[in-house]
Amino acid sequence: MAVIITEDGIAADDWADKTVYPFDVFWSGQELPEEALAVEFPNDRKPEDLVPWLDRIEMIRVEFPSFADGRGFSLARRLRTLGYKGRLRAAGPVVSDQHRAAVRVGFDEIELPESVAARQPAEHWVIRKQGSYQQRLAS
Amino acid sequence: MYEYTDFDEAFVRERVAEFRGQVERRLDGSLTEDEFKPLRLMNGLYLQLHAYMLRIAVPYGTLNGRQMRQFAYIADRWDRGYGHFTTRQNIQFNWPKLQDVPDMLEALADVQMHAMQTSGNCIRNVTADHFSGAATDEIADPRPTAELLRQWSTDHPEFTWLGRKFKIAVTGSEHDRAVIKAHDIGLRLVQDDDGNPGYEVLVGGGLGRTPMLGKVVREFLPKEHLLPYVEAILQVYNLIGRRDNKYKARIKILVHETGIDEIRRLVESTFQENLARFNGVNQEVFDRIEASFAAPEFEPVYDVTPAVDAGLRSWIDTNVADHREPHYAIVTISLKGIGETPGDATSDQMRIMAALAEEFAHDELRISHEQNVILPHVPRRHLAEIYRRLKDAGLATANIGLVSDIIACPGMDYCALATARSIPVAQKISETFADIDRQRDIGPLKIKISGCINACGHHHVGHIGILGLDRAGVENYQITLGGDGTETASIGERAGPGFAYDEIVPAVERLIEAYLDHRSEDTETFLEVYRRMGPAPFKAALYPEAEARSNAA
Ligand code: SF4
Repeated sequence: MAVIITEDGIAADDWADKTVYPFDVFWSGQELPEEALAVEFPNDRKPEDLVPWLDRIEMIRVEFPSFADGRGFSLARRLRTLGYKGRLRAAGPVVSDQHRAAVRVGFDEIELPESVAARQPAEHWVIRKQGSYQQRLAS
Repeated sequence: MYEYTDFDEAFVRERVAEFRGQVERRLDGSLTEDEFKPLRLMNGLYLQLHAYMLRIAVPYGTLNGRQMRQFAYIADRWDRGYGHFTTRQNIQFNWPKLQDVPDMLEALADVQMHAMQTSGNCIRNVTADHFSGAATDEIADPRPTAELLRQWSTDHPEFTWLGRKFKIAVTGSEHDRAVIKAHDIGLRLVQDDDGNPGYEVLVGGGLGRTPMLGKVVREFLPKEHLLPYVEAILQVYNLIGRRDNKYKARIKILVHETGIDEIRRLVESTFQENLARFNGVNQEVFDRIEASFAAPEFEPVYDVTPAVDAGLRSWIDTNVADHREPHYAIVTISLKGIGETPGDATSDQMRIMAALAEEFAHDELRISHEQNVILPHVPRRHLAEIYRRLKDAGLATANIGLVSDIIACPGMDYCALATARSIPVAQKISETFADIDRQRDIGPLKIKISGCINACGHHHVGHIGILGLDRAGVENYQITLGGDGTETASIGERAGPGFAYDEIVPAVERLIEAYLDHRSEDTETFLEVYRRMGPAPFKAALYPEAEARSNAA
């Protein structure tokens, strides 16, 4: 089972029993739940496509096919810029050194494959205290 | 010069500690080599042919004597007593041991330096005109902009895992000494009609296997909008740049395939969104950056006595440029001694250059992308003494801008990607034209050599470019002609079939003979003749047999 990492440490996946709908669900005519609506976000899709539904969505699961593919960082930033306030999850084999960046662009949590989590114990995920030039420079 | 704030200081120290931890995690197996690789690259550590290589940033090429001395110390303590200055205003040490690297980084932090983001798929060390603050044709000093970009791009949470490396260069002069058209983003400081400061923004330049010149994406960007605008370019690139093929992943390919008009549209709309999120830059922080690049306190004006010594005169002619203060000069110290490795300096030479800066030149040095070292602010009354000391140190070669002032990448001697040697080719050309009088007769000529198609030696923008390839296990050198990296930039054109290792230097000699034969007067340069006459006379010189055959036919 996947492992969830947050700033508070390692946790169980509280969404494991709930559905995460495919990205195209909004155009499929399918009946959508009133609550607990979660969506997959493949990292080659456009955030603008979700704008009409951003208020309703409770979780977006942004895919990281590999730790070296950093599109997800920009996607998170854009979803937040577009006004998304719900839960934002980075899902894939990222490394603990990316936790700081993930939080800074707006992710709430990381969903890590078990095999990757096994090599990276909880203490590796504690975010080191590091200043942010971007915060410092923004007026 | 920029002095670290407490924030900068704490930041680099923390980065060193973090890297120390990453090395430990690699050694204990919690990081795989695949995972460790980008982390070490982001701290400047490459794996080369024979050993690791540590690449240290000299942001926008500016450093002081103490920092130069620290390079000498690092070279002696952890390397082999020398360092190599690169075409991106970095210095490389070729023989560090992995377990020593955190200590080397700590030694850099002691003098307000770092190796962050000198490699890897992130925003690299920002480069700028090496004559900044001293040039006669400068509109504004590009270094505050470069420092601002250095800070903004450091550990940027969005742009540290890009599809490919990303290079930014800034110039503040009419004459482009920073090759901004060959960068992912090129910035030129300009003023609008009302005299407001801003930038002309170019995007999509780059050399490598598909050389392209940057295109103007915004003619005038108000100064205060720089960060949100650059952030928009990066965001568009990060989201839609190709990741399926390493060789098509630079932004130049995206600009080429998408078209500059569509890229402009995407960037502008993202920029508008960004403006809502952060409007410009914290003025207090930026004011401090600007203030730290104030000109040094120049000496009062005095009359300059002309040099009499012939050697000194010849060195002044080639290696000394005019300064914005007439009683000052800009001195370029050639790291291209005849037969030497271009860009290399020993620790002793570094200490001598540091001492000259400290004693005579307002404690400032620059590294140029042409792999030389510059004293940007030299009172002319000290030129004779500086020349004398440089000569004693083997650093007074009077060849700046001439045939032996060659740019060469490390090539097969160090680089794991190389397909051919480049340093020995540079050395042989320089030995062939050792006579400085002959070089002066030939005049301005830029020869640039790369040891593989990645083009780190910028051969595409050399008047004569040389690219070393591997043809069935044998080195083969292709020649390109007519390249130019300045404000009149152009990509060199391939001359024809390549040459074997022992044929390439004679081929270069024939090119130069052809130029001398065809120039209309002594002042017409190689590039001017090429632009006037085209490649035909040069091809005829390169391939006499083909010429003979076609004449016979
Ligand atoms: S051009 Fe090729 S050989 Fe030369 S330094 Fe770059 S990658 Fe290495």
